[in-house]
Amino acid sequence: MLKLTLAIIAALTLAAPALRAQEEATPPLPHQSWSFEGPFGTFDRAALQRGFQVYDQVCSNCHAMSLLSYHDLSGIGFGENEIKAIAAQKQVTDGPNDQGDMYQRPGRASDHFVAPFPNDQASRAAHNGALPPDLSVIVYAREGGADYVYDLLTGFSDPPPGVKLRENMNYDKYFPGHQIAMPPPLSDDIVTYSDGTKATVAQEAHDVVTFLAWAADPHQEDRKRTGAKVIIFLLVMTGILYAAKRKIWAEVH
Amino acid sequence: MAAPQSQSKVVEWIDHRLPIFTFMRHELHEYPTPKNLSYWWNFGSLAGIMLVIMILTGIFLAMEYTPNVDLAFDSVERIMRQVNYGWLIRYIHMNGASFFFIVTYIHIFRGLYYGSYKAPRELLWMLGVLILLTMMATAFMGYVLPWGQMSFWGATVITNLFSAIPVVGNDIVTWLWGGFAVANPTLNRFYALHYLLPFVILGIVGLHIMALHTHGSNNPLGIDRKGPQDSIPFHPYYTVKDAFGLGVFLIIFAVFVFYFPNLLGDPQNYIRANPLQTPPEIVPEWYFLPFYAMLRSVPDILFIKAKLAGVIAMFSSIFILFVLPWLDTSPVRSARFRPVYKWVFWLLVIDVLVLGYVGAHRPEGWYVFTGRVATLYYFVHFLVLIPLIGIFERPLPLPTSISAAVTKGGGKLAGAAARMEKP
Repeated sequence: MLKLTLAIIAALTLAAPALRAQEEATPPLPHQSWSFEGPFGTFDRAALQRGFQVYDQVCSNCHAMSLLSYHDLSGIGFGENEIKAIAAQKQVTDGPNDQGDMYQRPGRASDHFVAPFPNDQASRAAHNGALPPDLSVIVYAREGGADYVYDLLTGFSDPPPGVKLRENMNYDKYFPGHQIAMPPPLSDDIVTYSDGTKATVAQEAHDVVTFLAWAADPHQEDRKRTGAKVIIFLLVMTGILYAAKRKIWAEVH
Repeated sequence: MAAPQSQSKVVEWIDHRLPIFTFMRHELHEYPTPKNLSYWWNFGSLAGIMLVIMILTGIFLAMEYTPNVDLAFDSVERIMRQVNYGWLIRYIHMNGASFFFIVTYIHIFRGLYYGSYKAPRELLWMLGVLILLTMMATAFMGYVLPWGQMSFWGATVITNLFSAIPVVGNDIVTWLWGGFAVANPTLNRFYALHYLLPFVILGIVGLHIMALHTHGSNNPLGIDRKGPQDSIPFHPYYTVKDAFGLGVFLIIFAVFVFYFPNLLGDPQNYIRANPLQTPPEIVPEWYFLPFYAMLRSVPDILFIKAKLAGVIAMFSSIFILFVLPWLDTSPVRSARFRPVYKWVFWLLVIDVLVLGYVGAHRPEGWYVFTGRVATLYYFVHFLVLIPLIGIFERPLPLPTSISAAVTKGGGKLAGAAARMEKP
C-alpha cells in the first residue's frame, strides 16, 4: 500500500513545476499568518468586517468587485438590516423605466457591488491609462495568493538608487517588474475602525486581504468542514473494505 | 446458455427474455481472473470510475454554464458562489480531470511494465491509446470553457499548431476557430464537443472491456492462465480489492478537492480572458507538460521547420504507442523476467518526468538542451531500444504456472474454486 501511495505522490510531483517560481527579480514573499489557513482555519469575522470597511472606503474608489452582491455580506457576519443599510448608501443605475430612461436608485441587498466606473475605458481614462483589476477573485488570480496581495500592499517604497520610474509609476518591491501604476493605497488611520483596532498600514492590509480571500472563495469554511466529514467517512469505509478484502482473500493466499 | 438459478421469479422472467442477469453473472461472477493481480491492476477500474464521476459532475455543471465569451467566466463564478454546492461539483470536476489523468497514466505505465500490449491483447491496447487521445482532446476543450486567460491563450496556442501543416494549415485553423481568431464560435463548438466526447470515450471503453474479457487480464508474471487453479472469479475477489483501492484513491482525491482545490490549476485562469493581453507565460495543465516540452524542444530538421517538427514529434509520441505491440520483439511479457527491459522501463518513466519538468519552464538555456535530449530519448526508447532489447536480451526462466509461482503448489485453491461453484 505504501508503494502505491508513494507512486501517486510521485505522479503528483509532476504538478509541482506548474506552480512556477516567482519572477527572478522579485524577492521571496514573506509569509503572513492568516486566520483562514490550514485545514481547520476559519475566517476571523472581526477582521473580515474591518477588511470590508477598508475595501469600501479605500479600494472601491478604483477597484470593482462585480462578482459579489451586498447580500453575500451575510457571509462575513453582517445582519439583514446592516446589509440593507450598506446597500442603500450606494447609487445603482437601473432601468429602463416606462419612459425608456435609465435612472438612479439606492442599492438593494440583491444588487451586485456597484463598480466605481461604468466601463473599463472610463476607468482607464481616470487612471492615466492603467486599469485597476476587479478584486472579486484577486487572491486566487495571483501567484502567491493572500501573501502576495498583502506584500504588494505593504511593499511600496522609494525606488532604490539607479532605478528610474516611468511617469505616474510607483515602486513596489513585490510587484513583477517593480513599477506599478497604483500609488500606495493605504496609510495609517486612512480608516477609523469602530472596534477600536489601531489602523496601521499593516493592520489595514491584513484585514483587507482577509476580506479579499473570503471574497475569492466564500464557501471556504463550508468546504473545509464538509471535507473533514467526507474524509472521516472515507477512512472508516476504506478500513471496512480492507477488512472485507482480507477476509475474502484469506482462502486464496 | 444455462439460465442462472435465481430466487426471484421476476428475475427469471426478465432473464428468459433479456438475459442481462446471465450476462452480468458471466462477466462478473464467472469471469475468470488471474489470482495474482497486484494493486497496479486497480487503476483500470479507477479510470472507469473517474470517467463516470466526470460525466455526472459535468452534466450538472452544464445545467448552469453559459457558453458565451461574455458570460462564460461569470457563469462559472456563479456556479462557485450562488449555486447550491456548485463549488463542490466544480472542484470535483476540475480536480477530477487531473486525477483521471494520474490514474490513466499509471494504468498505461503498468501496461508497459508488464507487457500487457502483447498478443493477444494488441487491440485492447490500441483501444486504450484511442481512449487516451480522446481524453486529451476532451480535457483540452474543457479547460477552454471557463474562459479565463489560460483558457483563451492555451486554446490559441494549441489550435495554432495546425497552421504548421503545409499548404492547408491556415485554412484548417480558420475552420477550427469558426472565424479568424479564438472567439465565440470556438467556445461554442468546444462546449458541444466537450459534452459529446466523454460519451465517445464511454463507447470505446465498452469495446476496451469487451476486448479485455475475451482473453482476460494479463498479470504480474505475464504468463497465460493454464487452468482453473490459476484463476479466481472476478467477483467477489477483485470487486472487493477494487473497492478497497477506490477507498484509498477517494481519500487522496478528497484531500485535493476539499483542501487544495486550486493547487493543480493556474492562477491565470481566475483572470477573465483578454485577447489583448498575453499572460507572462502560457503553460498547459500539468498532464500535458511532457507533450508540450516535446513540442517546444524540436529544432529545425533539414527542410522541416521547428514548429512543424515539434507538432509531428508531439503527435508521434502518442501514435507510436499504437504500433508498440509490433515494435516489441520480445516474446516475454512481464518486465519481471526481462533484466534489461526492466531498467529501460524506469528510464522511460524518468524521461517522461523530466519532460514534464522541462515543459513547465521557459525554453531557455539548460531547459532547451534537456528537453531535446529527453525528447530524443523518448523516441529512441520506442524505435531503437524496444526492438533491439527484445532480440539481444536473455529473459529469466518463466514459472510453469501462476499457481506454481504464487502458492508454490496451490494448496488452498480448492476452497476458492469451491466458492466459484456456489449458486
